[in-house]
Amino acid sequence: MEQYIFYILASIILVFSYLTVTSRMILRAAVYLLFVLIATSGIYFMLNYNFLAAVQLTVYAGGIAVLIVFSVLLTSQLNEKMEKVTPVKMLSGGLIAFAGAILTISTITQYEFVANGLAELDPSPKAIGYAMLSYEHNGYVLPFEVISVLLLAAMVGAIVIAKRPAKLLNEDATEVDMSFPTSKDAYKSRTKEEIDSLLK
Amino acid sequence: MNAIYDFSILTAWIHQWLSGLMEPTAVMITEMVIIGTILILFVAAMGLVLVLAERKVAAFFQLRLGPNRVGPWGILQTLADFLKLLTKELITTKSADKFLYNLAPFIVMITPFLALGVIPFAPGLQIMDLNIGVFFITAVSSMGVLGILIGGWASNNKYSLIGGMRSAAMVVSYELSVTLAIMTMVILTGTLSMSEIVNSQADGWWIIKGHIPALIAFIIYLIASTAETNRGPFDLAEAESELTAGFHTEYGGIKFAFFFLSEFVNMLIVSSIATVIFFGGWMPFHLPFEWATGFNHIMDFIPGIVWGFGKVTFIIFLMMWFRWTFPRLRIDQILNLEWKYLLPMNLINFLLMSLIALTGFYL
Repeated sequence: MEQYIFYILASIILVFSYLTVTSRMILRAAVYLLFVLIATSGIYFMLNYNFLAAVQLTVYAGGIAVLIVFSVLLTSQLNEKMEKVTPVKMLSGGLIAFAGAILTISTITQYEFVANGLAELDPSPKAIGYAMLSYEHNGYVLPFEVISVLLLAAMVGAIVIAKRPAKLLNEDATEVDMSFPTSKDAYKSRTKEEIDSLLK
Repeated sequence: MNAIYDFSILTAWIHQWLSGLMEPTAVMITEMVIIGTILILFVAAMGLVLVLAERKVAAFFQLRLGPNRVGPWGILQTLADFLKLLTKELITTKSADKFLYNLAPFIVMITPFLALGVIPFAPGLQIMDLNIGVFFITAVSSMGVLGILIGGWASNNKYSLIGGMRSAAMVVSYELSVTLAIMTMVILTGTLSMSEIVNSQADGWWIIKGHIPALIAFIIYLIASTAETNRGPFDLAEAESELTAGFHTEYGGIKFAFFFLSEFVNMLIVSSIATVIFFGGWMPFHLPFEWATGFNHIMDFIPGIVWGFGKVTFIIFLMMWFRWTFPRLRIDQILNLEWKYLLPMNLINFLLMSLIALTGFYL
């Protein structure tokens, strides 16, 4: 029974991964990617690793896929199609993928997998939480904190990019030049006269 | 707890009966089919009942009678509407992206089905008891917005696109508050499993035991989940005065019914989560005091299924009350409410709850 479910999930992943890269409509590609992500979480569910499966659903299917679809909505139109892939590109890409597949498959078949004989770990959220915040042996507090610093940096970066230069704003003027400033000192602080002259 | 009200006896009996008839694999498949059928029938029945309830409640708040022609007191009105929608011709606009256009109603409909799988409505009446129950629900319900986005884009209609965008901006931000409010309560429950959360409230519901922070979390949850289900006063994704019908403008017949039904099923789900986390699920009303043992014992005689569905009905009524009382908000007001008020309040409440859980200052 489990075997059949695995084959179903694996074939979903393979078929939709292929469709994701070959589809010429960008939103369809995003939706195929969503199917791949959901099927991956199905495999985690099959392994009884419920927590990771739910994380996969929240972060990838519910977070990143929504973000991709949202950005597609903002930037593209329904009738747009991506350019056709030339035969040369198709051939070279296919060859590289084929070589990669052969390398991976041969490595997997040649490697002898041995069960390490360790006791089964508890996949409950409680055990994962303790492991995540423990600083003892097998504790992950350092990577956990490093990743949160990375997230903070990303957030600050996003705010800095999204924020328009405050010094350009003028209370009196109703229209502001929103074009992206090309000169180097556009983001330096200006006096009020300079802003006025810019706006004229 | 009275054993006669426990559904696990019934399910165990069915399982035994089926095991005597066929092989384990066949038993599993048969049970899956039975449960799936029951789930579909349950959702369809709940959809009919809730749509009728919504119309009756709306009529009550607007001093009208509401549907009153089909059947006694108009109770067959939604059934007639459903049959009409079922027999309608399915029309696809010429310039729509056919595949995505037809896919969107299913994405919207599948996520509530997944979420219903882990909700305990009565003792033993739960499809599967995952050890991450609450987290699973938040995970799958975060995918529901994709259906709205894809449907809005694939219709190739300005109104649909704007509706989908509004909905996405709103749902993505309010998801944060819903999850944080649930997290606040998980500090008290100490577990994510739905059945264990219910069992932890055998001596009193968390909204009573957790007093002030639990109450704040409940209010935030109620506001944010109303927004997450795209219901009024947050229904600007389908604001009919501006966007005709928002993201489902181009949908007709049963595909429209899917969008329509999913709103009501989502309402059922968020009310069930609120019931399980704040009001003890199917647990009777118990007081965590010495002198209340007699009272607690009397409450045990009301079946769990009555408690479960009674509380869910009450919260659904609250949400309908909101819809027909408050005027619709603007998109900037909605986003301000979330990011400037609900989220900071939620974070402070989270800290408060941690403090209370650490000091043991709860009943």
